[in-house]
Formats: sequence, structure tokens, C-alpha cells
Amino acid sequence: MSLDGKVPQGPLADKWSKHKFNLKLVNPANKRKYEIIVVGTGLAGASAAASLAELGYNVKAFCFQDSPRRAHSIAAQGGINAAKNYQNDGDSVFRLFYDTIKGGDYRAREGNVYRLAEVSVNIIDQCVAQGVPFAREYGGLLDNRSFGGSQVSRTFYARGQTGQQLLLGAYSALNRQIHAGKVKMYTRHEMLDVVVVDGQAKGIVTRNMITGSIDTHAGHAVLLCTGGYGNVFYLSTNAIGSNVTAAWRAHKRGAYFANPCYTQIHPTCIPVTGDHQSKLTLMSESLRNDGRVWAPKTVEIAEKLQKKQITAAQVAEEDRDYFLERKYPAFGNLVPRDVASRNAKEMADEGRGVGASGLAVYLDFADAIKRLGEDTVKAKYGNLFDMYIQITDENPYKEPMRIYPAVHYTMGGLWVDYNLQTSVPGLFALGECNFSDHGANRLGASALMQGLSDGYFVIPYTLGDYLAKIGPAKVDTNHPAFAQTKQDVIDHVNRLISLKGTKTTNEYHRELGHIMWEYCGMARTEEGLKKAKEMIQALKADFWKNAIIVGKNEEVNASLERGGRVADFIELGELMVDDALMRRESCGGHFRVESQTEDGEALRDDENFAFVAAWEFMGENQPEKLNKEELVFEAVHLSQRNYA
Amino acid sequence: MSGNMKLTLKVWRQKDAQSAGKMVTYPAENISPDMSFLEMLDVVNEGLIHKGEEPIHFDHDCREGICGMCSLYINGRPHGPKRAITTCQLHMRSFKDGETITIEPWRAAAFPVIKDLAVDRSAFDRIQQAGGYISVNTGGVPDANSTPIPKVIADEAFNSATCIGCGACVAACKNASAMLFVSAKITQLGLLPQGQPERYRRAQSMVAQMDEEGFGSCTNTGACEAECPKEISLTNISRMNNDYLSAKLFREEEVHHTGE
Ligand SMILES: Cc1cc2nc3c(=O)[nH]c(=O)nc-3n(C[C@H](O)[C@H](O)[C@H](O)COP(=O)(O)OP(=O)(O)OC[C@H]3O[C@@H](n4cnc5c(N)ncnc54)[C@H](O)[C@@H]3O)c2cc1C
Ligand code: SF4
Ligand code: FES
Repeated sequence: MSLDGKVPQGPLADKWSKHKFNLKLVNPANKRKYEIIVVGTGLAGASAAASLAELGYNVKAFCFQDSPRRAHSIAAQGGINAAKNYQNDGDSVFRLFYDTIKGGDYRAREGNVYRLAEVSVNIIDQCVAQGVPFAREYGGLLDNRSFGGSQVSRTFYARGQTGQQLLLGAYSALNRQIHAGKVKMYTRHEMLDVVVVDGQAKGIVTRNMITGSIDTHAGHAVLLCTGGYGNVFYLSTNAIGSNVTAAWRAHKRGAYFANPCYTQIHPTCIPVTGDHQSKLTLMSESLRNDGRVWAPKTVEIAEKLQKKQITAAQVAEEDRDYFLERKYPAFGNLVPRDVASRNAKEMADEGRGVGASGLAVYLDFADAIKRLGEDTVKAKYGNLFDMYIQITDENPYKEPMRIYPAVHYTMGGLWVDYNLQTSVPGLFALGECNFSDHGANRLGASALMQGLSDGYFVIPYTLGDYLAKIGPAKVDTNHPAFAQTKQDVIDHVNRLISLKGTKTTNEYHRELGHIMWEYCGMARTEEGLKKAKEMIQALKADFWKNAIIVGKNEEVNASLERGGRVADFIELGELMVDDALMRRESCGGHFRVESQTEDGEALRDDENFAFVAAWEFMGENQPEKLNKEELVFEAVHLSQRNYA
Repeated sequence: MSGNMKLTLKVWRQKDAQSAGKMVTYPAENISPDMSFLEMLDVVNEGLIHKGEEPIHFDHDCREGICGMCSLYINGRPHGPKRAITTCQLHMRSFKDGETITIEPWRAAAFPVIKDLAVDRSAFDRIQQAGGYISVNTGGVPDANSTPIPKVIADEAFNSATCIGCGACVAACKNASAMLFVSAKITQLGLLPQGQPERYRRAQSMVAQMDEEGFGSCTNTGACEAECPKEISLTNISRMNNDYLSAKLFREEEVHHTGE
């Protein structure tokens, strides 16, 4: 089946304004007759909930943390892009659009990406008006920096804590609406299912994480803003609680899951040191503005470094390979993430990695400190350096940082059309939860942009169109579909609670992570993926026999929460492998060994794979059905990405 | 790489808000100095689950010092022995092999215990909801550069804005005062031009809500500042007091206003 993304006709630059004009409106007096359910209060959810409430809708918002301010968005460090061209360095909406499409290796939808670039300028205005303290120049105007994959300075930032400041801005807008009674906030609530009535999403089932109470909530539409699923790899830069449950359960109720295998691997993370590690920490990509990436030229030197027989400083200039600067002179250390990551892995594969494990390369600030002085470097990156010291007990002012790629972001997610509606009418997906704007690879500083664009500037329009069409008559929770879905959830919880095996769900999760990283990570082969599929199926069967969950439902129970999430991750893992297996091309960070150029670069296959893979759930343990949305490119022509 | 440290943990266990709690002793073995404090607890918890016992419950999420969710009282100090970091950033190399470590939840009437080491900090949210914002709707705002803000002011506002809402300040204070937390928001918004129209009203609303939540009063001991992982400074409290006083003296408004 071929899917319709519903991108409006006409020239790129007019699509969104024309579309906005054509969308049906809900009369202001009628807005209060509608109830909207927003699941997730990160950047996408908080901005959507606040904006919809401001318009007059009644909103019920949910998150699993104790406060919306703790959503994973809080951790974003580097910055947010916008085509403001404040730096007068040649930026424009079209250039941001173009960089994003190209950076995503031509696997994103033109219409969506153009709209994202278009509203990016409004996002900055909005945030500044809310009191977000972006970095400023001495003259009082906003400062910008450049970020991986771009040659202009279009990234707005708030030290290394941009996500925190943006989220606190959205959180304050949300708070204002909570105070006004237009948003009812449910914290420590986990959504466990979507209620579908006559083919349309009309509500959700939640578990109160304090009492275990399983409840239903009805609304005219449901917005999933539940973030990404990078934790399927066990180790990632995501917050521990980030999971796929909401999206996965929605998938099982009919929402297509698009491009699940598109995972972003971030090049600058603190390397793994041991098995005890529960997560990986990102070092902002902005460090690559001043830090120089290198590995020793020979395996012999690398081995000496690994054994701590010599220090990095003792490696002579001519024995260092600044491999990014050497191979990609135009972009140097600022090449996109997939390119930087793959090259770091190559160094390690060749035996030229550093650190005790050999799984790291250097990010060196010696030159920057010489050029700018330690104080300037401290002012720019101080908190990141402190974090590095805290974790590694090493001082990056004195010796280079060690970095290595790690799972960071997921470009796959629920399939949505131009209106952000999933394949289930009335069910929308925003932010990292959807698949839409980044293609096979996300450029830096564009996830924050997308989350806020969806929440502040897209959904307030497109949701109205759906609501105006269905009218304000409300389905209430007495409809049998609610009782049925609730029962399904209770059965699932009981099944988990009754598991009294010997292996903790954490152990299953770690095993899953190993399989995913090994076979469905930065490089994949047909053979490896087939093997992974079998391993995951075995893991799943074993989970439902031998896992152990302690405690009961009617209490705070982290073991149960985690069990449910791991069970969903295992199922998602299998779909990711299927998706990767089907996609016999290399694109973005997804290096399919069978598809490479003569010099070993990623080779796309536009002829056969210029489509979005949208998977349809066909029942438990059934193969999923592949639906394709052809990607049509009118404004750009597809070229091999080349950063040399 | 498994570790070689061996520790004894004394942990506060409390089933729920209604039940009484007590200290329970657990051994923590094979601990690596490279583990974070929370990873050490993970290891202990895995052991408990293997034995069919309930794991020690604690709040956490980002594990990189920014979400403000982790909240442990370690050897009598919020977030443990080191300055300016959260519990998730504390590593076991900060402890000695063989040490006994006491772990308790935040203690404050306004932060009731939920289970074991997790407390309910929703009072903080309600204070923010009372006025910790600039009233601006989505859309229709001026261009971001139309309001220049001197770098020094922006930087100062930023320093206050870095509060992660963890509640260590309350936990550290002998009166369980929330002044440092509340003043950080009031200062951030009060310094910025966008925050001026509601400046005094904001101070009144937030302080009124803070009092309603049952936090104690501030006696200028400074324990909050000393224990704050984000080094929010006491000058925020002076600024807040100034704004609050000016509001009281010159601009008192009806503050408990809900709805349109
Ligand atoms: C360390 C790090 C640094 C980053 N830096 C940058 C950067 O510099 N620039 C950039 O553009 N991007 C960055 N990113 C990516 C970016 O932060 C995220 O993609 C983005 O914040 C996701 O926002 P979101 O609103 O979609 O989801 P999240 O912020 O993940 O929010 C998810 C919400 O859903 C809720 N939720 C989830 N499941 C359920 C459920 N079942 N029931 C109830 N609630 C649920 C959660 O409680 C939460 O409120 C970074 C990411 C990481 C990990
Ligand atoms: S002021 Fe400091 S201690 Fe208090 S909540 Fe904020 S960050 Fe935590
Ligand atoms: S877990 Fe987020 S600050 Fe510690």
C-alpha cells in the first residue's frame, strides 16, 4: 500500500500558509467544549498543552515523572537552530531547509522540513518573550554559534543547558494554564494504552504510579508527545525513564511505526568504562567548534596510550591523525554526526582507539586554550568540562577528552502526516515520538526546534481542523471500548506481576541492548540482522518465562514499571531489526555493509529506497506489514552527500 | 570491570506515606569506584530482586545532574559530601572502602515521603503555578532582538535560571524554608525586561503560595546555598525580599486570582 503524507500542493514556500488558510477553524466559543489529552510534557507536550489551553481547549496532560519540569528534554545541551540570519552569514529559511534535508540523507519529507525551517524563527521570539535567558552579545543582542553539519552560525543557546531553559519556558507557560484551570496535570501517571472507538482515538488508559490505580480518560483527541526510544539499546544518552511504551501500545492499536531502525549515534559521548554503567553521558557537539578530534597514527602508539605507558601530550604532532580535518577539509571537525561517528568507530576498529578499552578517540582543547586562553574556554564550555571531570576523574584542561559514539536520538517513530496525525484518526504524535522531520540522520540542534515547532506552531492549527470536522459531541468513558481496553491493560499488568522467575528485567534489558548495538547499531549486515532477529525472539520467550517482578500493582513499584517497558522494548527491537533488514542501503548513520562506495563511504539507493517505511501491526507474533510512503523531491535534487 | 569496594548501607525504608519507616542495613559489595552513587544502589537493588525482596525505591531520571529528580540525604547531607553536584553525579570514589553510608529521604513537612527515599515535591510545582511565569500566549510576540538585554543582566538571570528544583535547599535548611528555590525564579524573571510588568505581583503570588504549602521561614543560616547543587546564591533571597517588600508597601494587588 502507498501512504499519503498529505503534503499540500503548490510551491514549497507557500505550502504552510496556504494549508493554514484551508484548515477548518473551531469557533472560539466552541473551543471550551473540547477535551484534549496530551501525553508527555517535554518540549513537544508542554508547548502543545499550553498553546492549546491558551486557545481555549480543555487539556488533560500526563507525565510519568513527579513534575513536567523533569522531562528528558531538560537534558539537551547544545542549542536550538533558527534561520534568523542575525549573523548576516548567508542563512535563510531555504538554507536551513536544505541543510536539514541533505543532513537527513534525503529520507525526510520536503514539506515538513520546509515548514520546520519556516517557523523556526518564531520559536526564538516565543522563547525570548517567555524569559528564556539565551546567550547574549555585549551589545545586548542574541549570540549564535555553529553546530555540526552546518556552515553558518544559526544555533541559539543558553550555555550548555539549552534544553533546560527551553523546557522551563514551556513549563512556565504550562503552569500558567494549570493555574488558570485550563490544563489538568497528572504527574506520576503512566499511559499504558490508547482507547480506539470506531476507528478513532478517544482516550487513554493510565496507571497511577503511586497507588497502582488503572484509570481511563476520554477526550476528543489524543496527542502523544512521549519522546524517543533510544533506550532500546540499554546504554544511551537518554534519561533512564525514557521508553517506547506509549508509542508501542499505540502501534498495537493501529498507529503505523515509521523507520524504526533510524537511530542516531552521537559522536561525542563519554566512553563506556564498565558493566555497571546505567547510561552514557553526552558531551555537547558544540565542543567540536573548538576541540580537535584525533587518534594516534599507528597502532603501536595507540597501544601505549591504552596501557598508560605514555600520555596524549607525549604524542608528537606528526604522530597524530586529525582524521576529520584530513578527510573532510571543508567541514573539518564539524562534519555531521553520522560521519563523525563512523570515522571514530573506524579508528577503534583499526586498533587506533585510545583509553583503557581502546574504544575512544581524543577531543583535544590544547590548541583552543593556547589560542583563546583557559578563561575563554572555561566561559564557553565550563559546565561540560566539569561534568567530564566528575564522571571520568580526568582534567580536560590538561589532557584531551576521550569521546566515543553512543546512541542518542531516534529519528523513527509513529508515522504522521503533514498534520501530525497518525494512521489512527484523532491520534497525533509530536516531537521525538513521531518520525517526520529528520530523515535518516538528525542534524544537531534540530530536535529542540522540531519539538517546539510541533507544539507551539503546528498542532494548534492542524488539530483544530480535525476537531471542527468531528464536532464537540463527546465520547465518554462508559463506552464499552474503555472497559475493554482497561481490562487488556489489567491483564498485561497481572501477567507481568505473576512473573516469578530468576532473571531481573534489567538483565534482559542489558542483553537486548547488546544485541541491538552489535547487530543493529552503526554497521549492519544481512547475516547479522537475521541472527539478531532469532536472538530477540528467544529473549522474548525467555522473558515471559524466567523474568522476575517483585511487589504488587497497588503500590509504588519500579520493578513493575521497568518490566512493562522492557517487554515493549524487546518487541520494538524485533521490528527495528526487520526494518534494518529490509532497508538494503546505507543512509545517514545506518551503514549497511552490503551497500558502500569504493572508498567505503555510505551508499544510498534512491532508486529502491526513497520511501518512508511505515509498519503496520498485524497481531501478536505475526510479521508486520510494510506500507510505503514514496518521498517526492521537488525543490532539491538528490545528490550523494559529500562533506569533503 | 567489577569493583572491589565493600560498603555498609543504612537505608530508610518506608512502605508508603501512611506507614512508619525505619533504617535497614544492607551490605553493598563489588562496588567499583567508577560507579555513580545511583549505580551503586542499582547493584544493591539487583541483588535484592534476585532474592525476591523489594528494591530500595528512589527518584531519578536523567542521571546527569539536570532533571533535579534524584534526592538523597547521604551521611546527613543532601546530595552527599561533595559541593555543587547532585547525587547522580556523585561517584563512589568519593567514599572509602569499608565505609558505612547512611541514606535518607529529604525531610520536610511540605515534602511527604512517598516510598523509601522518594518524596512528594509537588509543592514546588504549585508555587511555580502561582506565578512563576511571564504571561505571554503563543504567537504574536515581538522579534527576539527587539529587546536588547545587556550581557551582564542576561548572565545573572541565567545564573538564577539554572535551579533544577531538586529541593536540596529545603532539605538542608533547619526550618525547611523554600526561599532559595522561590527566589531563584523571582530573580530570573525580575531581572529581565520581559518580566517587569508582573514583577511585584509575581513576588506576592509565589510567596503567598510558598507560605500556604507549609515551608518554614528563612533565618539566613545559608545552609541552602552551601548545599545547592547549582550554587544558587543567597543574593537571590535578598532580591526576592526587596521585590516582596516593595510590593507589600506600594503595589499590593489581588493575587489569588484563578481563571480567565
Ligand atoms: C543528552 C542530550 C542532549 C541533547 N541535546 C540536544 C541539543 O542540543 N539540541 C537539540 O535540538 N536536541 C538535543 N537533544 C535531543 C532532544 O533533547 C530531544 O529529542 C527532545 O528534547 C525530545 O523532546 P520531546 O518533547 O519529544 O520528548 P521528551 O522530552 O522525551 O518528553 C517525553 C515526555 O513524555 C512523557 N512520557 C513518556 N512516556 C509516557 C507514558 N507512557 N505515559 C506518560 N507520560 C509519558 C515523559 O514523562 C515526558 O514528559 C538532546 C538529547 C539528549 C539525550
Ligand atoms: S535552589 Fe538549588 S537546592 Fe534549591 S531547588 Fe534549586 S537547585 Fe535545588
Ligand atoms: S537524576 Fe536527574 S539530576 Fe540526578
